[in-house]
Amino acid sequence: MKYLSEYRDAQLVRGIIDEIKRTVSKKWVLMEICGGQTHAILRYGLEQLLPTEIEFVHGPGCPVCVTSLELIDKALAIASQPGVIFTTFGDMLRVPGSNDDLFSVRARGGDVRVVYSPLDAVKIAQQNPDKQVVFFGIGFETTAPANAMSVIQARSLNLENYSMLVSQVRVPPAMNVILSSINNRVQAFLAAGHVCTVMGYWEYAPIAEKYHIPIVVTGFEPVDIAQGILMAVKQLEERRYEVENAYSRVVSFEGNQPAQIIISQVFMECDQKWRGIGTIPESGWSLRPEFSYYDAEKRFKVDQIKPQESPICIAGKILQGLNKPYECSAFGGLCTPEHPLGATMVSSEGACAAYFRYSYIDQ
Amino acid sequence: MCLGIPGKIIEIYQSGGLKMGKIDFGGVTREACLEYIPEAKIGDYTLIHVGFALNIISEDEAQETLKLITEIAEIENESDAQ
Amino acid sequence: MQHTFDIPTSINNMKPETIGLEEGPICPLPFTHNEVIVMGHGSGGKMSHDLIKKYFYSYFENELLLAGNDAAVINIGNATLAFSTDSHVVKPLFFPGGDIGRLAVCGTVNDVSMMGAVPLYLSAGFILEEGFEIITLSKILESMRTVAEEAGIQIVTGDTKVVQKNQADGIYINTTGVGLLYPGSNITGSRAQPGDAVILSGSIGEHGLAVLEARGELGFSSGIQSDVAPLNRLVRALIDAVPKDAVHVLRDPTRGGLATSLNEIAQQSRMGIIIDENKVTIQPAVRSVCELLGFDPMYVANEGKLICIVEEEFAHKALMAMHNTRYGENAAIIGYVTNQPQGRVLMTTTMGSTRILDMLSGEMLPRIC
Repeated sequence: MKYLSEYRDAQLVRGIIDEIKRTVSKKWVLMEICGGQTHAILRYGLEQLLPTEIEFVHGPGCPVCVTSLELIDKALAIASQPGVIFTTFGDMLRVPGSNDDLFSVRARGGDVRVVYSPLDAVKIAQQNPDKQVVFFGIGFETTAPANAMSVIQARSLNLENYSMLVSQVRVPPAMNVILSSINNRVQAFLAAGHVCTVMGYWEYAPIAEKYHIPIVVTGFEPVDIAQGILMAVKQLEERRYEVENAYSRVVSFEGNQPAQIIISQVFMECDQKWRGIGTIPESGWSLRPEFSYYDAEKRFKVDQIKPQESPICIAGKILQGLNKPYECSAFGGLCTPEHPLGATMVSSEGACAAYFRYSYIDQ
Repeated sequence: MCLGIPGKIIEIYQSGGLKMGKIDFGGVTREACLEYIPEAKIGDYTLIHVGFALNIISEDEAQETLKLITEIAEIENESDAQ
Repeated sequence: MQHTFDIPTSINNMKPETIGLEEGPICPLPFTHNEVIVMGHGSGGKMSHDLIKKYFYSYFENELLLAGNDAAVINIGNATLAFSTDSHVVKPLFFPGGDIGRLAVCGTVNDVSMMGAVPLYLSAGFILEEGFEIITLSKILESMRTVAEEAGIQIVTGDTKVVQKNQADGIYINTTGVGLLYPGSNITGSRAQPGDAVILSGSIGEHGLAVLEARGELGFSSGIQSDVAPLNRLVRALIDAVPKDAVHVLRDPTRGGLATSLNEIAQQSRMGIIIDENKVTIQPAVRSVCELLGFDPMYVANEGKLICIVEEEFAHKALMAMHNTRYGENAAIIGYVTNQPQGRVLMTTTMGSTRILDMLSGEMLPRIC
């Protein structure tokens, strides 16, 4: 496939990794804050090929993992109501709430449907005027334009039976939290290439400046990731701390303007609870008052939500890169992808699931 | 996040008031919304995420990147040979 | 090929269970359900296995059943038979490359064949929904007739029941098959030996995606055809080409895909298996759909492929025989059986690194990440 296969060339990857080996002179800790990149690194076994001086810490880049437990419980409550068609991205189906998950709701007769695109959810609403169709609008900035457009579309079609349960999270505030933690070990970031496709990378300069941290906008294929690592390591070795773009075929400094305009029309910044981390100020987007009609949290009265996390799950620490999955006492025993205790074990690129599934670890 | 795949625009049309396109992913086709790339034309390659085109892929930048990377990889081969 | 690995003890201590898959995104449920049957019980995964062990095995307890293979191997007089049953409830009934009828015949023909037996006779039981169109039934029966003829088997007995509207999704089919074991063959999931070659008969990922596309929920158009096919003649060709007990394991990677079947074999045999990602063939359209939706072709169901684990010295002969037989033209050695890590499957990636190829199928849900 064009624009994919070229960036999966094993020889090119080896060539870049050899250059990394030549460049690196001491240990460095890098973080990628994007589930897709975590997935790619582990799926291709890239960590194995890198020099041992490079340590990867996988950040909270999985929107599935960081959706707050409270919201998941609300989603489950809404999905269980008769007359509701609950639509969602596939990733969310197995995420455990306090007592339940969407799969169980479906098993008990709830109408839970996986959709590929938020526009598919709008179509379902058009086709089922007698039902309430709720779309689970989770995601980072990458997915915000799509989620926003579904609401705009619902409005222009005068749909009274469409609403969205929103959990939009933003990367820069999470980076700030990680970098400002006293336990932080991260010395350079690979910025999420598709988040930056939408937002550009103008938001990252202040972070690089404040924490003296190199940030490299990186893609998802093995060549892209190796390239991003090389540029980050070069900066570290040369004591630079800039924002560089290793994904220039898709990402520009300003990002996608039409998308950013729609995002700002539909959403506004809000404080957001990240599962396992806590509330990060201004780290989320919620629907603006003029779109509150489409806010599922307002449309459905969901009371009595008392979220309860598993006491042994340390997903929060893992999401911040403070622990590795195999350092968790439950990893591989009580907590496996079949019976996950926390969200990081459910999503296919939650750090725990990725380690469990792909890693062939020397301990 | 985020699963974004490059595909080629092979048709452009309006549907439900939105600019939509038929995208070809190496022989597999699917519809996607082109509202966020208003300048898109047939033949452009675009990055698709959850049924939305997020940007037009720049062939020039792609070539430039690959050239750079290939040079790095070749420097390695030369150094090894010496 | 021998490899030694350091595996953290937490992985050594746990028992990864099979999580298979219907021809679509269904996964087992993390929460247990003790009172009623739920969809997860039918997925082929942990819940299915638990249900079978706790109830069916305990009520019907006997050695033959508890062997737990795809078909039971039974002795009647001087004959050793393989005996297998399968029910088909696939939706939609028709999909590119096949239909429920073809699937019903091939499924049982293949289950019997994978035990190293020649399938001879099938029974076919039909549960028909009131209102189901007879012309559709005719199409399905014609399809079954065609593939039975191709496979050289006869459908010799059957049954038909009609249930009220909304009780059978149109039609449900059960097939049961019986076949004679190849004399001298001893083919079972626990016989893989270190050094054995792992042969895969062709490209993967087609059936599951063809059915998914036919369901129409994800909106893609790919032209992918289900690979559903009867493999009995392929099995015969390969068994005839090598000494009788050189073939150790045969398995058709249906629900859960290639990765799940390899893991099952690794566990049953208490061996390790290592495969080379570069040697596994995947059609471009399958790759593209998987890229688009976030699937891994290793976990997608196949209905016309087999895994053959054979003594290394005869691997080439087996391969040649398969290349000259229908459905085996693209057979290839994809890896080898190893001593370690026991019960695990490893894969060398296209990048040259090595990683675990797990049996779990969390990736079979279309994802945005």
